[in-house]
Amino acid sequence: MLDWRWDFTWEILPRLLAATGNTLLAAGIGYAIAVVLGLVLALAQRTPFKPLTIAVRESVEFIRSTPLVLQIFFVFYVGPQFGIRLSPWTAGMIAIGLHYAAYLSEVYRGGLESVPKGQWEAAKSLNLSMSRTYFRVILPQALPPSLAGMGNYLVGIFKDTPMLSVIGVAELMHTANAIGSETYRFLEPFTLVGIIFLLISLPTAALIRLFEAWTRRKLGLG
Amino acid sequence: MEKADISGLPLRLEGDNVPMVSFKKVTKAYGDLVVLDALDLDVGQGEMVTIIGPSGSGKTTVLRMLMTLETINGGVIYVDGEPLTHMERGGKLVRADNRHLRKIRSKIGMCFQHFNLFPHMTALENCMEGPVHVLGLSRKEAQERSEELLALVGMADKRNQHPSRLSGGQQQRVAIARALAMRPKVMLFDEVTSALDPEVIGEVTNVIRQLVGEHNLTMLMVTHQMGFAKDISDRVCFFFGGRIEEQGTPEELFGNPQKERTQQFLSAVKEAT
Repeated sequence: MLDWRWDFTWEILPRLLAATGNTLLAAGIGYAIAVVLGLVLALAQRTPFKPLTIAVRESVEFIRSTPLVLQIFFVFYVGPQFGIRLSPWTAGMIAIGLHYAAYLSEVYRGGLESVPKGQWEAAKSLNLSMSRTYFRVILPQALPPSLAGMGNYLVGIFKDTPMLSVIGVAELMHTANAIGSETYRFLEPFTLVGIIFLLISLPTAALIRLFEAWTRRKLGLG
Repeated sequence: MEKADISGLPLRLEGDNVPMVSFKKVTKAYGDLVVLDALDLDVGQGEMVTIIGPSGSGKTTVLRMLMTLETINGGVIYVDGEPLTHMERGGKLVRADNRHLRKIRSKIGMCFQHFNLFPHMTALENCMEGPVHVLGLSRKEAQERSEELLALVGMADKRNQHPSRLSGGQQQRVAIARALAMRPKVMLFDEVTSALDPEVIGEVTNVIRQLVGEHNLTMLMVTHQMGFAKDISDRVCFFFGGRIEEQGTPEELFGNPQKERTQQFLSAVKEAT
């Protein structure tokens, strides 16, 4: 029989909600790193300097082809052997930010490639500098087609934050596990974790779609 | 591909009557395919030169090389007496670096077959982009200049519209205003009416007609509109197989073509229209 205890549920809920704050913080910081670094990686792959292009492309492939949890372990446990001692939070943010930066760079790459060649030529005919061309002409057009993919990875990074529990970041999963170890009751904490993730993921996905439509309209592309 | 020798070419063109644009032994090839074969072409200050010819004859490439959208394999292009594709280093011509290209390129403006307006900017913003971010004009100055030019092309009332809200003819007129806003000395028109519906071609050709009449711009145009070319050109060049097969005034070239290929081309075009 299912032994669900409501009194226990209400008792642990505040603790889990507090941990939800950490989960959101981890997803937010990780995503911010990924959004910026991903763009850097995407642009680095378009420079005329071949060695850089190849190095970046191979690194992105490497990151995308190995598990996130391994990368988290690597930064946290192997780092100290090279003299890099990081707190669980810092190591976690670097690992997850880098991991998602690799994925986002591919999303940006697709967006950048979708901008017609004529836009580059028009920018050149107006003598715009390379940086102006990117920031005023190309990126504003590459962004809208990238938004769907970016949104998917926002939900993705949020759902991957439990991996940070393996190095002791006190996010939702870590807290639920701790409650289980203390009380020998796992049903309520893990069920609540699932519900909390669902309640955040679903509206986020809907908001992303609205934001996408709004951006297209705002840029006159709709 | 053997590189054309440029050692005999001058570091800059000097003297009276220096052409605004000068192609000297310019060669362009994609692999084995030679698109332009040692082209020599001068365009005088204020002259309107039209290039006609069958597709694949290299006519669009001429404009694209001048706009530096294509590199060249041999020869030198001069603009306003100065080398465009090359620059002087130690008394010799070497390949131009980016800085030199940007400096000389500022003398040239171009309109494209597919307009290539920036879709996320309004007509006015499209025109202001270059003046503000390249020429360093204040927003107020750039706006005044752009509004003047949009009025010139008859698009003042649509200045706050995005390109997606404009017809092809309207977009092309905005594109002309955008190019003019950079105050180029040379304007290039690359098949600017080819993507337009027949009923709006006139609104674009009228704008170009007006430019020819009222402004002392040097213009190079590639077109399939033979009637238009005949009306407004000072000189028409017929391209065939990467070379100028025949050139002359519109009266000479359309009225009394000398070469057989020119005659064939012109009669084929006449039949089609």
